[in-house]
Amino acid sequence: MARNGFLRNRWLGFAGRLGYTVALLTLHSQGCYVIEFDQVKKSYQVGDRAIPALHPTSMTIQTGEVFGIVGHSGAGKSTLIRLINRLEAPSGGRILIDGEDVTGYGADELRSFRRKVGMIFQHFNLLSSKTVRDNISFPMKLAGIYSRNEIRQRVDELLARVGLSDQAGKYPAQLSGGQKQRVGIARALACRPTILLCDEATSALDPQTTQSVLRLLADINQELGLTIVLITHEMDVVRRVCDRVVVMDAGEVVEMGPVTDVFLHPRHPTTRDFVFESENIDRDELQQDLQRAEGRILRLTFKGEATYKPLLGHVARESGVDFSILSGRIDHIKATPYGQLTLSLVGGDLDLAMAAFHRADVDVEVVR
Amino acid sequence: MDELLSNVQWDEIGWASWDTLVMVGLSLLFSVLIGLPLGVLLFLTGKRQLLAQPVAYAVISFVVNILRSVPFIILLIVMIPVTVMIIGTSLGVAGAIPPLVAGGAPFFARLVETSLREVDRGIIEATQAMGASVRQIVMGALLPEALPGIIAGITVTAITLVSYAAMSGVVGGGGLGDLAIRFGYQRFQTDVMIITVALLVIFVQLLQMLGDRLVLYFSRR
Repeated sequence: MARNGFLRNRWLGFAGRLGYTVALLTLHSQGCYVIEFDQVKKSYQVGDRAIPALHPTSMTIQTGEVFGIVGHSGAGKSTLIRLINRLEAPSGGRILIDGEDVTGYGADELRSFRRKVGMIFQHFNLLSSKTVRDNISFPMKLAGIYSRNEIRQRVDELLARVGLSDQAGKYPAQLSGGQKQRVGIARALACRPTILLCDEATSALDPQTTQSVLRLLADINQELGLTIVLITHEMDVVRRVCDRVVVMDAGEVVEMGPVTDVFLHPRHPTTRDFVFESENIDRDELQQDLQRAEGRILRLTFKGEATYKPLLGHVARESGVDFSILSGRIDHIKATPYGQLTLSLVGGDLDLAMAAFHRADVDVEVVR
Repeated sequence: MDELLSNVQWDEIGWASWDTLVMVGLSLLFSVLIGLPLGVLLFLTGKRQLLAQPVAYAVISFVVNILRSVPFIILLIVMIPVTVMIIGTSLGVAGAIPPLVAGGAPFFARLVETSLREVDRGIIEATQAMGASVRQIVMGALLPEALPGIIAGITVTAITLVSYAAMSGVVGGGGLGDLAIRFGYQRFQTDVMIITVALLVIFVQLLQMLGDRLVLYFSRR
């Protein structure tokens, strides 16, 4: 906790130092962009057989939200995100961006559309032959509508924003993984996109770097109102930055909803696997622990303010129930604090205890 | 010492060296000018590439393979009518250049294709995602990224052209090869042979060193 606080303070200091830059990066997404999938599907032709990569999928991604797509490799999430900027062409269905069907775009329309959609990658995909500065200015030069001055100014802004002002003249090979991804982010933002696609953007980074890159993404989302779509195989990434999430399995969306719902009450087995994985829970061990415990076993889920209330002692005193905590976790989902505790309850008035939990707005699931 | 190199006419050697330099320089220039776009085209039309065109690829690839599979000494002879048509003569320095380019350009094109294939696909994807046209992807990302490989390819092509240029002496081309054949071989002047071979070796060494340095300079990895 102390270390967390330390990190946060350092981060705030960093953000404060960059305050003036933040002011420069004005909200530029004036239009109301929504990404809408309408029965979109994708299959690959192998010989005479069509191998489905994405079954017909419909979903809507709202303006300004951070939208996560989770799935194991080969689940179709990579295909899904590439359909948005048409790096993959759909085999059927429509994709609407702000109400406009982009599936029918010709080459020229597609190119100007892509300039409004930034993208970052797992392996950064920076040009090794260009310096940091030239990498960031590359999309602006490709667009061909910016003056030399505009480009220089914008790159300076972006370098300051991602904290790499002193690395402008270096080549990617001279940077660390986290720095490379920051260059990737700056490059993706160069043409002031309204949508940012993140393709496993933190999967090649160590945990601490992952944390700082995720913070940067969350800040950008807040400051610029940028819609972020990210794919990942780590539920933890979703928990930290996403507002809503879809879980994919074998080319299908198996679960979709706000992260708090999906994370705290996973319904589909695949989702459960992801949540357990992210919480480092060994299912067999947990099962053994539960078998050894006496009495009734409940799983309590606190969300928001309820997390901080001294509820357990209170309920125990009132109902005369004794409890022991079998497993638990107190953490945050994005900015929402939550707690999830597995308790065994012995003696006393169980119904009274249950009623007290319900009154306190705590979600109760009876395990045994 | 005078005895040993009695047959060597140094002014002849000088002129022949200059001729070799001119032949290699000019044929290298044209080989690169023709081979580079050809190599880019081979790459782009290839399987699963940006402009995948199986038929176009097969045709270009076929022509390149034919030119590359004909032994150069045969190509020299086969090319004579074409050379006469372009240059007016098949003899001398000028007459040697068309066959040299016919041998060098397809060779270089394959090397370009290979070095473009070695560029990370992710970089092409990222550039595409920025809204780049195929032309922009080639000029802005592919060629700069493949530059060290292309320079290495130019070096290999240049060295191959040195040996091809020497071979062109057989059909009346100029340069050190011509000298080696007329004096060293036909008149049994071993000393001339040794000097020409030594010069060719030095020339190749210099080219390789220069090429290696340039590759190193342009590699940012």
